Amino acid sequence: MSLSKQHELHSRRRGRNIGVGLVLVALIAIVFGLTVVKVTRGDYETPATQTVTQ
Amino acid sequence: MSDTSINTRACSTEHEAQFGDYFALLKPRVMTLVVFTAFVGLLAAPAPVHPFIGFCAILFIAIGGGASGALNMWYDADIDAVMKRTQRRPIPAGKVTEGEAFAIGIALSAFAVVFLGLATNWVAAGLLAFTIFFYVVIYTMWLKRWTPQNIVIGGAAGAFPPMIGWAVATGGISVESVLMFCLTFMWTPPHFWALALFMRKDYDNADVPMLTVTHGRPATRLHILVYTALLAVLAVAAGFTQIGGPVYLAVAITLNALFLRGAIRIWRRDEDMAEADNYLAERKFFKLSLLYLFAHFGAILIEAGIDKLGGLA
Repeated sequence: MSLSKQHELHSRRRGRNIGVGLVLVALIAIVFGLTVVKVTRGDYETPATQTVTQ
Repeated sequence: MSDTSINTRACSTEHEAQFGDYFALLKPRVMTLVVFTAFVGLLAAPAPVHPFIGFCAILFIAIGGGASGALNMWYDADIDAVMKRTQRRPIPAGKVTEGEAFAIGIALSAFAVVFLGLATNWVAAGLLAFTIFFYVVIYTMWLKRWTPQNIVIGGAAGAFPPMIGWAVATGGISVESVLMFCLTFMWTPPHFWALALFMRKDYDNADVPMLTVTHGRPATRLHILVYTALLAVLAVAAGFTQIGGPVYLAVAITLNALFLRGAIRIWRRDEDMAEADNYLAERKFFKLSLLYLFAHFGAILIEAGIDKLGGLA
């Protein structure tokens, strides 16, 4: 069977696969967004920065 | 593995689960209550929260609530298959296996708690973890099949979200958040007992010791009245505290008068009267109970908005 040919399994699980894909994209967006917010607010400082400020 | 074996296995699943079936494991309708009350707790708190962190916090609380719903469906699959109200859930419908529900529940619980802790604080994450534990272990595994007080004590699980929302903002627990907890806690028994009255045979068949089964329907009607009266006192009294105000008081007085009237109607009826109109009063009371909770928390939200606008002026 050729890999490029659409198997019946793919069409049957299309909705599920799209759903899982969207969840993964949302997870990336959330982690990225949280990182941006936390870093720009100054929640996390590197040890070097802390030494300078001291 | 050959192509043939893949094909045979794939085609053997008669009702293949779609994404929506897995989502249904999270009890989306219960999730709306969790999201809304947690949102109110978050916004009513005196400390500001970054909008994106607030959004993520509500999302993680919703996922945690949904995960406990999936674990509840995993453990209660035998009961759900017997009860008419729950027969279409993904496990009894044969769309999702018990093992899948368990795996999804455990994975999402861990994800929600860890991410809430990392995004906000560990008091909020701890409260979320305790809520999941309380709903799954204390309520689902223990109380539900053991005592007619299942819904009274188990109601605590549904009452925690506003406290978690408050903890997200403040990092702690206070009188105001406990009051919001009490409001949902006291509302749960009359809400579910009304449902148990008009779902009639469901709980009998499933052998769940609901009050209607163990103490009979007249006793359940009396219990609804007593709990509604206690709830009315608490709900109106909350209007004179930090979370209350004129808008909240107006909503509370109106809705508690209507709720109390509904409870008195239910108490005065017997089974013959109820069967004659297909449990109309009980169904109306159940519908009103949904509006009741959303309106009370909506009023708390409005009062918080008024306070914040007043602080800015």
